Parts: sequence; structure tokens; C-alpha cells
Amino acid sequence: MNSGHIISADNDGKPIWKFLLWELKPRGKWLTPFNIISTPIILLGIFLIVIRFWKGIGAITNLSQEIPWGLWIGFDVVTGVAFAGGAYVVTFMVYILNMKKYQSIVRVTVLNGFLAYLFYAGALLLDLGRPWNVINPIIGNNFGVSSVLFLVAWHFLLYMIAQLIEISPAIAEWLGARRARKILSGMTLAAVIFGITLSTLHQSGLGALFLMAKEKIHPLWYSEFIPIMFFVSSIFAGLSMVIFEGSISGKVFANQISDKNKKAEHGIIHGLAKICTGTMFAYFFLQLLVFIHGKHWDLLNTPMGHWYLLEMIGFVLLPMMLYFYSYRKNSVFLIRLASILTMVGVVLNRLNVTVIGFRWDMPVRYVPSWMELVVTFTVLFTEIWIFRWVVNRMPVLRESPNWVKEEKEQQQPAFGKEHQRA
Amino acid sequence: MDLHRRDFFKFIGATGLTLAVGKELNAAPKAKSVSEFRGVLYDAARCKGCRGCEYDCAEANGLPEPIPNKEIKGLRKTDDKHRTVVNEYKTSKGIVYAKTQCMHCNEPACAAACLTQAMTKTKDGPVIWRSDKCMGCRYCMVSCPFDIPKFEFHSANPKIEKCTMCYETRVKKGELPACVDNCPNEALMFGTRRELIQEARRRMFEKPDLYYDQIYGEREAGGTSWLYISPVPFNEIGLNTKVQTESYPALTKGFLYTVPSVFVLVPALLLGIQQSTKKDNHTNDSSDE
Repeated sequence: MNSGHIISADNDGKPIWKFLLWELKPRGKWLTPFNIISTPIILLGIFLIVIRFWKGIGAITNLSQEIPWGLWIGFDVVTGVAFAGGAYVVTFMVYILNMKKYQSIVRVTVLNGFLAYLFYAGALLLDLGRPWNVINPIIGNNFGVSSVLFLVAWHFLLYMIAQLIEISPAIAEWLGARRARKILSGMTLAAVIFGITLSTLHQSGLGALFLMAKEKIHPLWYSEFIPIMFFVSSIFAGLSMVIFEGSISGKVFANQISDKNKKAEHGIIHGLAKICTGTMFAYFFLQLLVFIHGKHWDLLNTPMGHWYLLEMIGFVLLPMMLYFYSYRKNSVFLIRLASILTMVGVVLNRLNVTVIGFRWDMPVRYVPSWMELVVTFTVLFTEIWIFRWVVNRMPVLRESPNWVKEEKEQQQPAFGKEHQRA
Repeated sequence: MDLHRRDFFKFIGATGLTLAVGKELNAAPKAKSVSEFRGVLYDAARCKGCRGCEYDCAEANGLPEPIPNKEIKGLRKTDDKHRTVVNEYKTSKGIVYAKTQCMHCNEPACAAACLTQAMTKTKDGPVIWRSDKCMGCRYCMVSCPFDIPKFEFHSANPKIEKCTMCYETRVKKGELPACVDNCPNEALMFGTRRELIQEARRRMFEKPDLYYDQIYGEREAGGTSWLYISPVPFNEIGLNTKVQTESYPALTKGFLYTVPSVFVLVPALLLGIQQSTKKDNHTNDSSDE
């Protein structure tokens, strides 16, 4: 089971402030390849962010009056949130459908989702021209209820709270707060149901944002079905992210994962691959219907048409067939390859709607500046740093401390909401 | 209380009358204040391209002076320093000028997009922007079919710039917008939208050879408060003729209307599924025992 030094990371009777100070200290080797690459980029990114707030958004971005949203919205927010979709799908499977098999990946997926929302939606603040007014739609100065963005903003906020509640038992276990853990895990089911509802609406809402830009988006990507497309694709985007992230965590945090969960991983990946195949088929079929309904055959043999075909065939149809083939062949390697291809496809799709296909007819196209890229990587790397910090300290990948299991065994009949395999 | 039927009806009648009259009296000033949208009619057949309106607009709104004629190269667009521009177009009927500014839509996409109602349609017609509400998300710019809201990308405290029909500074006080007030050729006319459409029709009826037979803005984007008539088709003078005739906020209406039903139905469904899958476990457990 767990190795000794990790168990001792849980708070066992130290004063809380001493414990927190101890936990804030970095652990493990400093000179890892990831640290060497990410540290200078993060420092440069912070410098660029200072310039952005000092000189204005135009100082470090290539945005223009015609293309007011670029990489930070199209990739950081719209694509990042799609990849965070794994959290609502996995909680749906485990807590609503009671599929116990996926229990071991719930915490890490929800943590990933929570941090994604925190950072990518947080990156939105960098893109806001007047970020000090960001609380206006929350405090009612004014409620722009006819705005899709109003819905999305509120949902981001509420969903982050729901995810925090879902992950909070892990925090309580880390702090050794037994009573708090009991109360918080009692709130899990409510948070899950609320969270899934919010997710269906704001995953599609991110697509609905672009409905009013009717003439500005290339007709191969614009249809009134963008919201449904965004929702359906967020399912396999999120699950592909879970598969991909699992393959990395499995190596990096191998000492955290119990043997039992290591054995279960195979079955989990296969199950997820099956779900991806199904939803990708539905998605591809929907796209096909929308394409035929849109009567855009003439556009196929244009540069944008070729690009569209590449996305649909190369990064939807192909990974879908690869998923299908690889779970039939029982090949984890091919499933992981399929998950990467799928993720590329989702990035392409989101960027095609929000950036590449947006104002495709402009003489001067938007290409993100290197500084926009650095800031994007800064956000990404900072998130991974925090993720690593949490995983190394809280029972996210590893099993809960023993006192949780003991308490659960005592409480099982009255406390049936969170079915964890003891 | 000894109340006869007759008296009762008298009483009811009197009360009813008082209520009705009272209501009418209260409603009377309200009915007057239900205003029609004001707007501006731009007549491209009258505009001589003097660009006086550009200078008047800059002066009235504290913006930098427009560039002189000799520095103009090609077509210009409005930007964060210029709320209106007049361009020269070589058309099938010779040179025609066209002024660009906010169209002040009846149902503005920018206002529907704005999550803080910083961009808002006033009851008098002008669409205005309020700095104390705006968070600078630029969703108005993404949504506007005419590409009108402009953002100060090079400012730490950026504003959205667009024509406000001089609402706060002039129209509210009963004055004309700066550009209309000073146009030497009477190419611009201020009035209620209804009057302007009548006037446009009158001009087109009187000189059918001079005008192209359409009022741009009567139906475009669900109708706009700024209206155009021109000697040539509108695509020849740089107006966006691809805009739909339906209003743009209507495009997101369907999505927004599903939100309440999703919020009611999905949690109920989820709870139902959760309970039923859980119950299965219980029955299995008990049968196992």
C-alpha cells in the first residue's frame, strides 16, 4: 500500500500553523526538467503581465478593433474549460450512475477541473480591460441577464464553489479535520448535481457566446448548433484529458498510487475510451448533419474548407476510430495516442470558432504575439505547479488516511452518500 | 353593517369610477413619457463630403481633431479616437460620400451582449456606454454586426468609444447631436424614427430617379435608429448589406430560454438516476444476505 513517508504527510496532531508552514516548504528535487523550463517562462510571464496592466492590453497582444478576442479567450478560457469537462463527466459516472470502478480518479479529475477553472477563468482577468469592475455582474451593477456572458460568468463562479466542495474532503483529510470532513463529504452529492447542471449550461454557453457573431465566423464553423457542439465535445475533450493526464501522473506520482489503483487503471482507461468513442461518434454525426443542412459544399474546396476537413477527418474521425480500434485491441498505448489526437482536435475546433475562423475574410489576420504565448504558458505552468503541490500533500491520488476508513466503517449505514470502497 | 344591495352597487360603482379615473390620471403623464426612439436620417445624396461633422463630433466629445483631407489614404474606419468618419466612394453614379457611426439599433447586439448593462439602449433611442459598469470584456465588439464599439488597447484605464448620438451632453437637453446641428448641407436630420422614415419616403417619392429604393436601417438588424438613403445600392457606399433583418439578440434567445428549464429538469433527473442506481444496490445487497 502506501509508503511510510507519505502517510506521515497527513496532519497527525501538530498545531495547525506549524503544519501549514511545514507543508508550504518545497519538496523533492529542485532541478527537474520541468522546473528548469517553467521557472524562467513564469518569471518572464509575470514581467509581461506587469507591462500589460501598466501600458494596456495592446502593449503585449496583437488584438485589434476587428478582432477583440484572441488567444487568451480562445485558448485559455474556451479551450481550457472544455478540457476541464472531465470533472463533471466523471462525477456523473461515479456519484450519479454509481459506477464504483471510476472512484479512484474522481479526486484527481475534480482537482484538475477546479484548478483549470481557477486559472483559465482567472486568466480572463488579464484580458479584461477594466478588471476592477469584474464584480459588477455579481453585485448587481447591473445584472445583464440578457447576456450569455452573464450566464457564463455566474456559472464559472458557482461551479468553482461546487468543485471546491467536491474536493474539500481531501483538504479536510490533509488537515486532519475530522468533523469538517464529515460535514463536507455530506455535501458532495448536492455539489455534484449542481455542478453537472452548471456544466451542461456553461460548456454550451461558451459556444452560445459566438451566436451573435453570425457573419463574422466562417460559415463552416458557424451554425445555431454551436452550443450543442461545444457541450458534446466537452465530454470527450474532458475524458481525453483525464486519460492523458493519468498517463503522466501515473509516472510522475507513481509513489502516490496504491497497487490496487494501479491495477484498476487499465480498466478505467478502457472504459473511458469506450465513452469517448460513443460521444465522438455522436459529435461527428452531428457535425455531418449540420454540414449537410448548411449546404456549404462549395466551400469545401477552399483553403478554409481543407482546414475544416482536416479538423473533422484528421482529428475527430481518425481518433474516434483509433479509440474504437484500441479498446478492441486492448492497447493502452493506442488509447493514449487517440487521447492526444482528440485533444489536438478540440484545440483546433475551439480556435477555429473563436480565433482562426473569426474574421477569416480580413486582409490582416490575427496571429498571437510571442508575449501572448508566454503569458498563456505562464498560466498553464503555474497551474501545474499548484497541482503538483496539492497532489504531493493531500490525499488526491493516494488513499485517504486510515482514520477516514475507520470512521466510514462505523458510519456506513447512516452515511451512505459517498460510496467509497473501503 | 346594514348595507342594501342598491347602496352596495352605488358604492362599488363610485369606487370603480374613482379607481378608473385615478388610474387614468396617474397614467396620463406616463403615457406622454412613453417616447419613440429618436434617430438620424443620413441622406447620401445631399452629403458633399465636407467632413464638418467629423470635426464637430471631435470637438463635442473631447476627441483629437481628425486628420486633414490631404493625409487621407483610402477608406477609413472609426476607431478609439474617432467616433465618426466620412468616406468617399467611387460608385456607379459617380462619387458618393457616406458617414459611418453607431447605428443605434432598436435591439442592439452590444447591449444584449453586455453582462453589466454598461452598453444600454436608452428609452430615447441612443445606445450609450457607461464607464462605471463596464469591465472591458469586449463582448460588445464581438457581437456588433457593424463593428462599432472601439476599445482603447493602449491604455491602462481603457474606455469603449462609440457614437452616443450626443445623448448625455445634448439630446437630453433637447439639443441636436453635434453632427446634425452643424451639417451645412442638411444631409443629416434628427427626429423620431417614425418621422424620419416618413421623410425618407417622401424624398424617395418626390425624386425616384435620384434615390435607390430602400431605406437602410429600416429593417437591417431588426431596425436601427440611424437611417440611410442613398443614390446607389448600399454595398457601394461601404454599408454592411450582409446583416440579417432579424435582430441580433434574437440569435441567443433560444439558448437563454432553455436555461430555466435545464435548471429545473436536469437536477431532478440527476437525483432520480442517483436514487434509482442506489436503490438497486440496496436490493442486491438484501438479496445477497
